[in-house]
Amino acid sequence: MTAETAGVARISLAKGRAGAIGDVVFRALTFLFALLVLLILGGVIVSLVAGAWPALRTFGFFSFVTSSVWNPVTEQFGALAPIYGTLVTSAIAMLVGIPVAFGVAVFITEICPIWLKRPLATMIELLAAIPSIIYGIWGLFVFAPFVQQYIQPAIIGTFGQIPGIGMLFAGPPLGIGILTAGFILAIMVLPFISSIMRDVFETVPPMLKESAYGLGATRSEVVWRVVLPFTRIGVLGGVMLGLGRALGETMAVTFVIGNAHRISASILQPGTTISASLANEFTEAFGDLYRSSLIALGFILFIITFIVLAIAKMMLLRLQKQAGN
Amino acid sequence: MKSYRTILLGVIAAAGFGWTAQAAEISGAGATFPYPIYAKWAAAYADKTGIQMNYQSIGSGGGIAQINARTVDFGASDMPLKPDVLEKDGLTQFPPVFGGEVMVVNLPGIKPGQMTLDGPTIADIYLGKITKWDDPAIAKLNPGLKLPSTAIAVVYRSDGSGTTFIFTDYLSKVSPEWKDKVSEGTSVQWPVGIGGKGNEGVSAITSRTVGGIGYVEYAYALQNKLTHTKLINREGVALEPSIAVFQAAAAHADWQTAPGFYLILTNQPGKDTWPITGATFILMHKKQDNPERAKEVLKFFDWAYKNGADMTKSLSYVPMPPSAVAIFEASWKQILGPDGKPVWDGDAF
Repeated sequence: MTAETAGVARISLAKGRAGAIGDVVFRALTFLFALLVLLILGGVIVSLVAGAWPALRTFGFFSFVTSSVWNPVTEQFGALAPIYGTLVTSAIAMLVGIPVAFGVAVFITEICPIWLKRPLATMIELLAAIPSIIYGIWGLFVFAPFVQQYIQPAIIGTFGQIPGIGMLFAGPPLGIGILTAGFILAIMVLPFISSIMRDVFETVPPMLKESAYGLGATRSEVVWRVVLPFTRIGVLGGVMLGLGRALGETMAVTFVIGNAHRISASILQPGTTISASLANEFTEAFGDLYRSSLIALGFILFIITFIVLAIAKMMLLRLQKQAGN
Repeated sequence: MKSYRTILLGVIAAAGFGWTAQAAEISGAGATFPYPIYAKWAAAYADKTGIQMNYQSIGSGGGIAQINARTVDFGASDMPLKPDVLEKDGLTQFPPVFGGEVMVVNLPGIKPGQMTLDGPTIADIYLGKITKWDDPAIAKLNPGLKLPSTAIAVVYRSDGSGTTFIFTDYLSKVSPEWKDKVSEGTSVQWPVGIGGKGNEGVSAITSRTVGGIGYVEYAYALQNKLTHTKLINREGVALEPSIAVFQAAAAHADWQTAPGFYLILTNQPGKDTWPITGATFILMHKKQDNPERAKEVLKFFDWAYKNGADMTKSLSYVPMPPSAVAIFEASWKQILGPDGKPVWDGDAF
């Protein structure tokens, strides 16, 4: 071997050794990061349980979750009103947001002229870039008065008059309340759901769609029978992402929900959500039982989100099994 | 090399800023009720002495929590702590100002001071027994005023608040049903209505909801140009809010004999007395680890007592009379440094 090749061989051997060490360090580092995340999660759960323990022990978990009394003077606390508000506002957000997001996604992928696609998509994504407190301020100062003057009287006048479900739409038009909070949440989750739907719709092989068109299917039949079944896993994932956002959203909801620890039959009335209660009352809660009850609320929200994620995972697994068939 | 130099310069600059900032700042947190006047005093005091007073208006409950946690130099609460709580937590309290609360309404065509309400009617509105503006009880107090049949949108404070404490204390005094069902506190179980965060939140929601009624500190009503109402006091006289009628409520206050200065001045006797008034309180620890900072806080309030009266009146708060000031400053002797000696040595401006 000449001196040159020996030198080259030495370098590449040295690099190899350095490469091997680098590999070990890399593996250790990434393992450390993963472990750190797990430790943080564990730490959060432990501190939530520890903080919530006095309240849960005083009231008992079951009666805490089913009581709607929230009385700081007599120190009686119950989580039913915030839980109800969280679930109902998220349900309204999904009911309003999913169809609109679906329509937007279908329009952009199927119907929209090519020159409009990019700008329209960008504008929808910009909705996601708006900070949530701006949604809250806009909701309180612009949207809620608008709802109070036009939308709520219309709803009370039409749906409110139907016997039976009229109860859901009763009450004086206050502007802020569960319905308004649900609408604002729908606007906030819209860009997430629609952008994921858009991405998965574009993965549908053109061959599939063209075959359907070739057989004489209309555009809506193609969307319902070909595109949607093909992409159902991705669509479900997008919906779950939006739901997760809606459940935890704090600032926008706090401004427009009305902060009333009450359960009303009517969705036009004020209510509260878990995150809105925490945002309003945590810094000023004095008395250990009060603070502990608020932490217990946070723990319950954690459980709700976990359950939603678990259901989503199960549904995805089932769909994947079906797709496998 | 260049990057090392810039980093070094940056560190020196930051240290320089940090050093000056630390030397001249006192911090407090709590009540939103007196926030406008504390902010005005702080600005004038900083102009005069260069010492910044940093006040966070997070609500009385927050102020009490923060002073107990010793994260601030003083806490502020519209609700005085009871003498046994003061003893237990090692705190002392004194009132720098006095203020009045007014009811504000939002009805098209009703101008500020045009409507008149009284305690029992307000209690019934907040209990949910009166639900429309043209109810006979309200019409009886306002003969000749055309009231629409709009639904009443009750607005309250969603956060822990001394303003709420003063208001609910008043309602408990004038309505036995309120005392029984809801009682008084910084945070209560409101039977009906919508909650806003801070005096600011109540002002915003009331002014944007047609048919709204809320309770706010008078300065907020003036500054946001809200529609306030007249109130009928204990003697049956309908009064417009003003400094004179707020001051009349304090005329009977016997600070000397009240332990911990625990006096709640709602529904006081007198023909010219405004019914919903209250002093706001400053809380400080009796045992101070840092006597210099405690002395700066007391110097600030001494300055405010002696020089802040005009600013106080300009924002429609009521300054404390000099006789009362002497009593409060005498109580500062309880604030001791680590050596057991009083922090305040009467060093006045």
